[in-house]
Amino acid sequence: MPTSPLDELVAGVAEAMEEIAAADETRLAELRTEWLGRKAGRLTRLLRGLTDFAPDERRGIGARANQLKRELETALSARDAALRTSGAPAPDVDWTMPGREWWRGAVHPVTAVIDEICDVFRELGFTRVTGPEAETEEYNFTKLNISLNHPAADEHDTFYLQGGPPMGSGRALLLRTHTSPMQARTMERFTPPIRIVVPGLVYRRDAFDPSHAPAFEQIEGLAVDDGVTFVEFKAAIDFFVKRFFTADTAVRFRPSFFPFTEPSAEVDVQCQLCRGSGCTTCKQTGFLEIMGAGMVHPAVFEHCGIDAERYTGYAFGMGAARIAMLRHGIPDIRLLYQADMRFLDQFRGGR
Amino acid sequence: MNVSLGWLGAMLGQELDAADVARRLAMLGAPVEGIEELHRDLDDLVIGLVERVEPHPNADRLSRCWVNDGTDVREVVCGAPNVRAGAKYPYAPVGATLPGGIKLSARKIRGVVSHGMLCSPRELGLGADHEGILELVIDAPPGTRFVDAVPLGDTRLELEITANRPDLLGHRGVARELGAALGQPVKLPAIPGAPTDGPASRRVDTRGSVGGIEVSIEDREGCPRYMAAVVRGITVGPSPAWLEARLLGIGARPINNVVDATNYILFELNQPLHAFDLARIRGGKIIVRRAEAGEVLETLDGEARRLSPIMTMICDAQGATAVGGVMGGAISEVSDATTDVLLECAYFDPKRIRATRQALRMSTDASYRFERGTDPDAMPEVLRRAVALIRAVAGGTEPEGAIDVYPSPARPRSIFLRPSRVGHVLGVDLSSDEIQRLLVSLGFAVAPKDDRLHVQIPSWRPDVTREVDLIEEIARLRGYDSFPLELRPFRSSSVPDDPGEVRKRRIRELLTGAGLHEARLSPLTRVDHEAAASLANPLSADEGQLRMSLLPGLVAAVERNWSARVRDVRLFEIGTVFHRERRDALPTERQRVAGVVTGARTPAHWSAAGKTDDFDRWDLRALFGAVAEFARVDGSLRATQRGWEWLASHGDVCGEARVMDADRPAWAADVLGFEIDLDIAERPYVQSVALPTTPAIERDLALVLPGALSAERVEETIRESAGALLERCYIFDEYRGKELGGRSVAWRLVFRSPGRTLREEDADAVVDRVVVELKERFDVVRR
Repeated sequence: MPTSPLDELVAGVAEAMEEIAAADETRLAELRTEWLGRKAGRLTRLLRGLTDFAPDERRGIGARANQLKRELETALSARDAALRTSGAPAPDVDWTMPGREWWRGAVHPVTAVIDEICDVFRELGFTRVTGPEAETEEYNFTKLNISLNHPAADEHDTFYLQGGPPMGSGRALLLRTHTSPMQARTMERFTPPIRIVVPGLVYRRDAFDPSHAPAFEQIEGLAVDDGVTFVEFKAAIDFFVKRFFTADTAVRFRPSFFPFTEPSAEVDVQCQLCRGSGCTTCKQTGFLEIMGAGMVHPAVFEHCGIDAERYTGYAFGMGAARIAMLRHGIPDIRLLYQADMRFLDQFRGGR
Repeated sequence: MNVSLGWLGAMLGQELDAADVARRLAMLGAPVEGIEELHRDLDDLVIGLVERVEPHPNADRLSRCWVNDGTDVREVVCGAPNVRAGAKYPYAPVGATLPGGIKLSARKIRGVVSHGMLCSPRELGLGADHEGILELVIDAPPGTRFVDAVPLGDTRLELEITANRPDLLGHRGVARELGAALGQPVKLPAIPGAPTDGPASRRVDTRGSVGGIEVSIEDREGCPRYMAAVVRGITVGPSPAWLEARLLGIGARPINNVVDATNYILFELNQPLHAFDLARIRGGKIIVRRAEAGEVLETLDGEARRLSPIMTMICDAQGATAVGGVMGGAISEVSDATTDVLLECAYFDPKRIRATRQALRMSTDASYRFERGTDPDAMPEVLRRAVALIRAVAGGTEPEGAIDVYPSPARPRSIFLRPSRVGHVLGVDLSSDEIQRLLVSLGFAVAPKDDRLHVQIPSWRPDVTREVDLIEEIARLRGYDSFPLELRPFRSSSVPDDPGEVRKRRIRELLTGAGLHEARLSPLTRVDHEAAASLANPLSADEGQLRMSLLPGLVAAVERNWSARVRDVRLFEIGTVFHRERRDALPTERQRVAGVVTGARTPAHWSAAGKTDDFDRWDLRALFGAVAEFARVDGSLRATQRGWEWLASHGDVCGEARVMDADRPAWAADVLGFEIDLDIAERPYVQSVALPTTPAIERDLALVLPGALSAERVEETIRESAGALLERCYIFDEYRGKELGGRSVAWRLVFRSPGRTLREEDADAVVDRVVVELKERFDVVRR
């Protein structure tokens, strides 16, 4: 009795099944090709050649061949899965070798701080706006109740622009020394309720040194509406500090002086390094100064056409660069503005 | 400003703890920047009683002293002429460390062993006196620690005083603040040896005389009040130890008793005084007038100062002798020979002083205080105390009372305060009683009137001018900590978000995802362009203009990175550029994004034997295109001779990309840069299209392009002539070979019809049509 092609295969499959059970990855791939390869696989060829058989044989052989195919496939994938999960050593792969990296860019640490601060204030209903960096004395000083005749103006080492009206005329052109001009610009354009944060560059006539830069980032905030009080001001800043730093960070409000706020406050937060016990960063005080703030001075409302009797508000300003330096332990502000790849690369993981 | 804890304590009549004072002052608005315990370097010294003195056998000027240090008697060689038996002196035993760090050991001096040393004031850092050792008139027994026996122990506090509080520039002002917090009245400390009485001062309207000098005010705006007293018969010399100690305690240098006395008053009462040598006032006159244009005065610092009419001058019959409120002149300076002095105590207008010292480019202790505002009402009391102090330390008499030229005496200022307004601003309703109590403790006089409070402002508080200033005083003294934290419901802001900020965030995500680091560079740079905005007062010529473009800064940053041997640099910046359209107007500001890449396109990997390709211009074109798509609402990318630009639909070029010029070391790669204006207009939302339901057919079309023909033009023709069935086409290969007589560019064309399954013949027919069109138009043939 002539052996059918099928019988030969059945024997072969049985052998193959035994081999599959012990095969490594390489052998497994070879066996898959030998039996199920798309062009020359032994079962593939048989199934493709079914038309050579008599119609009555065809059905039986076909069914049997398909069954063998399924059995083989099941065995192959079972072994394959076993090899993967058992972690059976693959002889040629050293899994400790490094992966194929790609360049990952980093958002600047100051940008990250700005975005985060603005996001926290968004929870308190503040929208985010920007304003011009070149300004007039009027917006930078006089509308903010900073008289050019008063020593308070000396604290702003101002860069003036060439051309334009003379210095001290109120209309001279300059580079803004703080983001506060946007308080005036916003109050002139919009009616309360006003709640804004304004990130942006400000300029001071200081040469670069470890703690000074002629241009650096500030964030201004302003809230004006009916019934905004000192109590709410304190709460909003406290909310910000606890969200931005940690929920257990202590906040301290100290009286201070800014011509455009009254009462004015310096806001200190518990030193993030020593947690308040005193270290060199906080000069042993346990606190770090992070912002100047206060209730909007009625003179500022008057200068901007807002009813100072009816409305009250609070304003604050903080240095984003300084906060980034504190947060990341950056010892020298110049690192922020030099675009040194070795520095920026440290932030590629985010935060 | 430096204050002495001991001085404050003397005014408040109690011992103060430095840490407590620092905390209280910080919470009152005058933070303490530093606390320094003085004379810690004198810890090793003890009181030594000299029991016996004998001449040194081998030196005329030296003596052998037997010093009782409380436990033993030691032999000490001393060179001071004033040493005598029975007196007590500061004694530094063997092993002690003196100020300056010198450690004493037993030492043989001309054959006699000296066990330690008796010290002069200078050796102890207590003054300039080195003529002899410091004789101590005290009860403390020998062996007592020097710093415990002598009231030197003091603590210096370095205060930060805000520009609105001139009153805190003197000890009395600081003591008032502390006194308000502690509930203690302020009393000036007694001056040892001061006369208890003196003649009263005499007020006159515009002129009057004292000590034979006629004093008159012509510049009533610049100097509303001028007082002068004459003290005769003084002896200029060193100050007593207590006065020197006070000045040293706050870091001031003792000079002589007259100058030290005026400085003491300055630091105690915040009133600058000026002492003239009476004999050197010419013509028996003091005239307070405006300077004349072109007038010149040599000031105490030896500088010849050119004067102008904004300045108030103190003049005698022959001319200016001092710049009022700023600095004295050399002509009338007090010298060692001076016996009679005229003591000036004046109030100068803050704005005029400010203008004067700005014009003279100088600032003195006096101008600093006058510019912020001194207390005109305190002047008689101040001058009385100053005269008493001079008489106590330099001798002399005051034959007649001071003259007080005060043309229009100021009326006390007052403000109405509504208690309801206090609650309106602070958010806590305070009782009228509490408000009164707080204000009164700070020196305000308060009287209820209707439902308001009539508040009289103390003369030393020029900063208080309106109701809200009083509200701050109330909050400050009550303590900011005493107000609760209460978040209250808020209404949404009427101010919309700046859409540009959202756009910037998305571009940052794109570019950091593409491997670029965000840079932030100074906008101050050197730009040679007529439309550049220049600074009037730049720090240097290299920072003289505002940037008109971001790329130069980034290229310079690449060069800096190269200097640090970093070859692979990928940076971008989002920032403002400035363009001056008119010289007398503010520059136009635009927000831009720019980027540079140079070096390896990907990090090296071992699988490629460490080799990676460098970024090339085709990376740049794609990066530029991608950024432009994010940054701009509309427009299209266009090739130029050197690179690419972005053409907005209104026709303006608003961005470019090219290979940058850079100072490139041989090992570095090309710098590829792009810059584009950010368009803040809102982009319409993407409208999705249905996914295809029919299969596509692809055809490749390789064409031989003659030299000058651009692929872009060919592709336009392909699209046009192919018609609606062409879904997309793209270049997938370029081949250059001499045998071609040009180059071969291969496109893949993808055909699809949304409505039906295309047949092969449909696609072939379109390709044939395209080929015919290309041949006709450009004489381009298939390869």
